[in-house]
Amino acid sequence: MNEFLTTLTAIAASAFSPSTAALAIAAIGLNIHFGYTGLLNMGQAGFMLVGAYAFAISIVAGIPLFPAVLIALVAAAVFALVLGVPTLKLRGDYLAIVTISAAEIVRMIGRSSLLTDITGGSNGLTGQSYRGPFTDLSFLGDGQTTLGPFTYDNTGSNGWWVRLVAWSIVGILCLFVFLLMRSPWGRVLRGIREDEDAIRSLGKNVYAYKMQALILGGTIGALGGIIYVLPASVQADSMGRSMTFFVWTALLLGGAATVFGPVLGSIIFFALRLFVQGIAGQFVPDSIMNGQQAEQFSWILIGVVLMLVVIFRPQGVLGNKKELSFNVN
Amino acid sequence: MSTDLGVTPAPTKAAAAATASVAAVSPLPGVPKPDPILVVDNIVRQFGGMTAVNVPHLEVQRGIITALIGPNGAGKTTFFNLITGFDKPSSAPRLIGGPKSDHAARSMFNGRSVNNMGAAKVAQRGMVRTFQLTKALSRLTVLENMLLGAKDQPGENLFAAVIKPLWAAREREITLQAEDLLQRFKLLEKKNDMAGSLSGGQKKLLEMARALMSEPTMIMLDEPMAGVNPALTQSLLGHIKSLRDEGMTVLFVEHDMHMVRHISDWVVVMAEGKVVAEGPSATVMDDQAVIDAYLGAHHDTDLGDDSLLTDEVAEELAKEVELENRTEGDA
Repeated sequence: MNEFLTTLTAIAASAFSPSTAALAIAAIGLNIHFGYTGLLNMGQAGFMLVGAYAFAISIVAGIPLFPAVLIALVAAAVFALVLGVPTLKLRGDYLAIVTISAAEIVRMIGRSSLLTDITGGSNGLTGQSYRGPFTDLSFLGDGQTTLGPFTYDNTGSNGWWVRLVAWSIVGILCLFVFLLMRSPWGRVLRGIREDEDAIRSLGKNVYAYKMQALILGGTIGALGGIIYVLPASVQADSMGRSMTFFVWTALLLGGAATVFGPVLGSIIFFALRLFVQGIAGQFVPDSIMNGQQAEQFSWILIGVVLMLVVIFRPQGVLGNKKELSFNVN
Repeated sequence: MSTDLGVTPAPTKAAAAATASVAAVSPLPGVPKPDPILVVDNIVRQFGGMTAVNVPHLEVQRGIITALIGPNGAGKTTFFNLITGFDKPSSAPRLIGGPKSDHAARSMFNGRSVNNMGAAKVAQRGMVRTFQLTKALSRLTVLENMLLGAKDQPGENLFAAVIKPLWAAREREITLQAEDLLQRFKLLEKKNDMAGSLSGGQKKLLEMARALMSEPTMIMLDEPMAGVNPALTQSLLGHIKSLRDEGMTVLFVEHDMHMVRHISDWVVVMAEGKVVAEGPSATVMDDQAVIDAYLGAHHDTDLGDDSLLTDEVAEELAKEVELENRTEGDA
């Protein structure tokens, strides 16, 4: 029973870990793309990586924290612009193809040995090289704090400070998305999701709206990338194709086109995996399934859950049932 | 309630004025009108080697109902797409290698050029269209559909969107306007339902109402009656007429001959991509050549009529067919 409690604690710890927040932020960005505007962005990890690299390289080059964040957001906006200009006038599938390959291009460039001086090649950039200015901002001081079963450094590399900042950003972004989507601007985006030509016939510049949505969601993705690398390191391979699919999974689990869906989805995504691993570790003997296999099994289970959600509850956990009652094709 | 489309009510003042405004125009394809709102020249659209539309000149008179008719494949909808900016003429001027300037596609709307303009800009100029296959935004409510049609909502700008006070006043105005229109189209009690849950006919009504939200100067209806039951057709007809009576210009594409005869003041007949005839609805319909060539010689025959089953009629029809075959053989 004690071990069970440990598992539960681990699950709770991962539910509010910085990487969960980072995934949630990236999913909020993707929600603007897919949930509200209907853009199929299959390369959200590319936006995260662009943001992470731009941020880390700027700091290493001696640029202060806030300008560095700004540079990262601008880099992601330019990335979105480059992807959007040729594809947003075409049918939706083209954006999917272009984003998935662009994300791969960013990753391959990042890990290329030619750029080892700048990006660190496949070893990446270590956390210490760019974390300094961020941890210096902390007002929590040194030492450790224990809240319930959780004990972390106040400021250290993976402590309360980064958690506080990460989840504050999640909260601000949720509020931002809520404000945007109740506005006429959000209404136009949802209209574009339903039928572009109808919106065009009403005198709205669909291309400009899609571009705005792509840039906005992409910069939010970049912000997610920055949060993701703050407690860890910048490594091209940690934000590859699988990261894109984690973000998609989180979004679809929680419910696209809802404000809190992406956040809840990310929490469920991490918690479910740990839950399966923890349960398997305790109750399934190693001869049947060892720890490594349990991890792989948890991925399989995530995939199955995603399929079940898409088939039986396509609106996700938080989605609106009214929107489900008819299929639009 | 009268569902008989054969009974014409007494024309209103506006209807009489509309008819009078084109009374003196001679019924020839491409004829100039006294007060044209839309003038198009050299509109050509080719799909590979096939020329779908080739209209050298056409004018649409302001403030009347103009019908665009023709058999299937005549190029009516393509022509519609070309003038509303949803498609680009093959004859559009190009930077390099385009047609000579006097052969290039030109269109003037309301005294201003709308050459080569995108669909959104054309709509902003006041020429708003609907679609043959209705494009109701299914997962938005009826009211949201309507509000999307409105112009000048500052909240549709990303930077103003987050701050509600910047757009709340305009939102209230257009909500009132939308409710008025919904009332008129008998959709008010559905305003909070998803548009996807409406019936086909209601979606047509919603689409028309949504187009009216921008207070257009000209409304273009692509087959407004397709798939609508007779009772609703009657009320749609009434709506179209009242738009004209309020001073709007209406251009619509239609198959249904009875309806065209009834409500249009002027009729343009297209076949094989060309304008083959135009004229006041009464006379253009009486033009036997137009009827025979483009609507079929038996367009007035009710195929469900029992009287057709008598021997006499059958013989008559057989004779006609024989005669037709002979003339075709001669040609």
